[in-house]
Amino acid sequence: MSEDKEKKVNDAQDSQQFDLNDDRRVKVLSPGALVAKRFFRNRMAVVGLVILVAMFIFSFIGGLISPYSQDQLFYRTDMQSKEYASVKENTDFRYVNAPNQEFGSILQAQVFLAIQKQAETFTYKSVNYTLTKEGDDFYSIAQGGTTLGLAFKDIVSEAEKGITVSYDDQFAILKAYSNKQNEIEYKGSKYTIDEDGGVFKDGKEFGYVSPYIVNAAMNDVFLTREFKEELVEAVTNNGAEFKFVGEDGVEYSYDLKLNPASNVWSVLQEKETKVYDTYSFPSKTHWLGTDRNGMDMLTRLMYGGRVSLVIGFIVEAISTVLGVIMGGISGYFGKWVDNLIMRIVDIFYCIPSMPIIIILGAAMDAMRVDPTIRMVYLMLILGFLGWPGIARMVRGQILSLREQEFMTATEATGLSVSRRIFKHLVPNVIPQLIVSVTMGLGGTIITEATLSFLGLGVKFPFASWGNIINDVNDTFVLTNYWFIWIPAGVCLLTTVLAFNLVGDGLRDAFDPRMKR
Amino acid sequence: MRKYIIKRLLLSLVILFFVAFIIYALMRSLPTSYLETIARQKSMQPGSKTFEEWMEQLSATYGMDKGIIGGFFEWLGKFMTGNFGDSWFYTVPVFEKFKSVVWLSFIMGLISFVLELIIAIPLGIIAATKQYSKADYAISVFALAGISLPTFFFASLLKLVFCVKLGWFDLFGLMGRNYEQLDSVGKFFDKAHHLVLPITTLVVISVGSLMRYCRTNMLEVLNADYIRTARAKGLDERKVIYHHAFRNTLIPLVTMIGGSLPGLFSGALITETLYSIPGIGHTSYQAMVAGDIPFSMFYLVFMAILTLLGNLISDILYAVVDPRVRIA
Repeated sequence: MSEDKEKKVNDAQDSQQFDLNDDRRVKVLSPGALVAKRFFRNRMAVVGLVILVAMFIFSFIGGLISPYSQDQLFYRTDMQSKEYASVKENTDFRYVNAPNQEFGSILQAQVFLAIQKQAETFTYKSVNYTLTKEGDDFYSIAQGGTTLGLAFKDIVSEAEKGITVSYDDQFAILKAYSNKQNEIEYKGSKYTIDEDGGVFKDGKEFGYVSPYIVNAAMNDVFLTREFKEELVEAVTNNGAEFKFVGEDGVEYSYDLKLNPASNVWSVLQEKETKVYDTYSFPSKTHWLGTDRNGMDMLTRLMYGGRVSLVIGFIVEAISTVLGVIMGGISGYFGKWVDNLIMRIVDIFYCIPSMPIIIILGAAMDAMRVDPTIRMVYLMLILGFLGWPGIARMVRGQILSLREQEFMTATEATGLSVSRRIFKHLVPNVIPQLIVSVTMGLGGTIITEATLSFLGLGVKFPFASWGNIINDVNDTFVLTNYWFIWIPAGVCLLTTVLAFNLVGDGLRDAFDPRMKR
Repeated sequence: MRKYIIKRLLLSLVILFFVAFIIYALMRSLPTSYLETIARQKSMQPGSKTFEEWMEQLSATYGMDKGIIGGFFEWLGKFMTGNFGDSWFYTVPVFEKFKSVVWLSFIMGLISFVLELIIAIPLGIIAATKQYSKADYAISVFALAGISLPTFFFASLLKLVFCVKLGWFDLFGLMGRNYEQLDSVGKFFDKAHHLVLPITTLVVISVGSLMRYCRTNMLEVLNADYIRTARAKGLDERKVIYHHAFRNTLIPLVTMIGGSLPGLFSGALITETLYSIPGIGHTSYQAMVAGDIPFSMFYLVFMAILTLLGNLISDILYAVVDPRVRIA
């Protein structure tokens, strides 16, 4: 087969060897090949092309190669001081009501006043109450012979989980403790209180009394009596640190901190906590570190490039299609159609596009548009605002082209109008179109990035080069984390520069007369 | 000539009418606005009216209860008589706020424009006269890099180097911390000091396109027949370039400069916002983001007027400067 073909070609060459037409003497290049040749001779344009290819590989293939996904979160363990417990010396009266009795907060306040006045009885809303001093800072309140409740300062706590301290227990223990008695019998039970405030009920360990309130920060932590006592001792010694050997024999250390306003000591424990790996510096696992959310920066950069480039292309596609149709119609028909379309173009030219996009972006912010839909809107808006320039250029070209002979020929052959415009006129505008689209791509990418930078364009979770740099608005990031924003900026700059270089090169290649 | 200008002016008015209408319709049909934000806040307060009732009341107060077309003509009527309404966001008359900020933007724009001209024209001419030389390549790349540089990235770089590392300038704002203690000369220099970085940003970002424009035009002139004639006469090359060629390059330059003059009032939206310079750009950015319809309308229409005025001036200048051009 291939031999046959070769033979045929040779035959054809042989037969044509003798006619010396001009096109046989010189090596003939198609117009396209000429353009390519001129383009590749331009060194800067080739550099631009190489950068563009690199950027495309980086964004579209890099995302596939990268071991991470665009919104994968990373964690690290960090030592964090967490509140474990709090200690406070109780200096205020606490109140408890007797079973099935009312002892409201207003009455509590009246009791407090009466205690301050050291009165034994007081009247509130024409009801008489009696206040009995049972011991130091320990009072019982009664009305008409029935005890309503108690006012006290020392706290009775249970020795271990599962023991409940009833009202009667509390009364008996407080009575003994405030009167410095070691033993008391009350309602058939025998209570013993040792020197440290430990309470035994009927010989069994029951609880303890102390003027300190010790609370665990978390509900599921039970603080043992030993722990509380040692803690109280540490607090009374004004220590800054507190060490405690737990039941498992491990020594835990805690930091003590006094809040002077509320007079509460907080007990802080250093604990290993899992946190988002935010703003970590470049390392082997994350070549460009991680960002504000703990995502891999390099991967975000790749996906961001994808978004920026795709948006650029779609926007340019929209405005080119619109511009070619409007410009083609306008240039071909001329007269009032041309006039009308050109006035529309004038109007669009006058609309300040950046402010309009900012207003629309802010409105979408307020409406909480879904980030994906938002991206579509953004492309439509940018595309719709970009067509007048292309329409104007296409119209200008077509105005001169339609006067040429080949158009008379199409008219003579009776081609339809749409065919004449889009098959014969528009293809002649393609070189200029390619140049303006290439240059326009750079501009569109910058516009999108600027919007995303202002927080009005592409939104999280999507990355775009613009919204990656957005972090710079935080001055701390600007100062300390160069790896967050400089790579994205460099990508943006080189890509746009490459588009401009290629556009320049293409223009020179298409139209050597216009060369620079 | 006069007929042409009058025709253009009338056409501009028609265009302006439609531009204003489109902008107004757009602003009004946005589903959320400043009013809704206020109404929501007010209805949150304990014992307040419902959101709908507040909305109704606020719409009536702010004249937003009419339809888009009715509202537009009312706005237009007021606009014609010079009543630009009150800004919702700044709670002062729009024009008062505008007057207080526009001059700062104009001064900033003017200084950077003059600097751009000083840099761009000589460099553009050098690049054109020494085409394909190293200098030409360097200037072309520099110009393209300037065009390709995103404003916010360049501003951030400047901030990092000059504000953070070197500590020469403040990161934000127009006035220093001790501005109030300074005398009037000190106040002037304080403001000037704070404007250095914004102006640098503006110049670097926009000098590129101007440079390319100069270069292209100079190249076009250098390829003209009369330059060949001048060289053929045996004129000194310097005289050819600075006497014959440069004067002809001035034609498109002057046209373009004239056309850019109105734009100096429009402010630099992005740059001012980045540096928190209270010029017209930053002021209107805040108003626009807050959904302040009167101020945004005024600013957008003002921008449209500036664009139209710029086009008109450059077209007229084109005829004035170049006697070969006759316009019908």
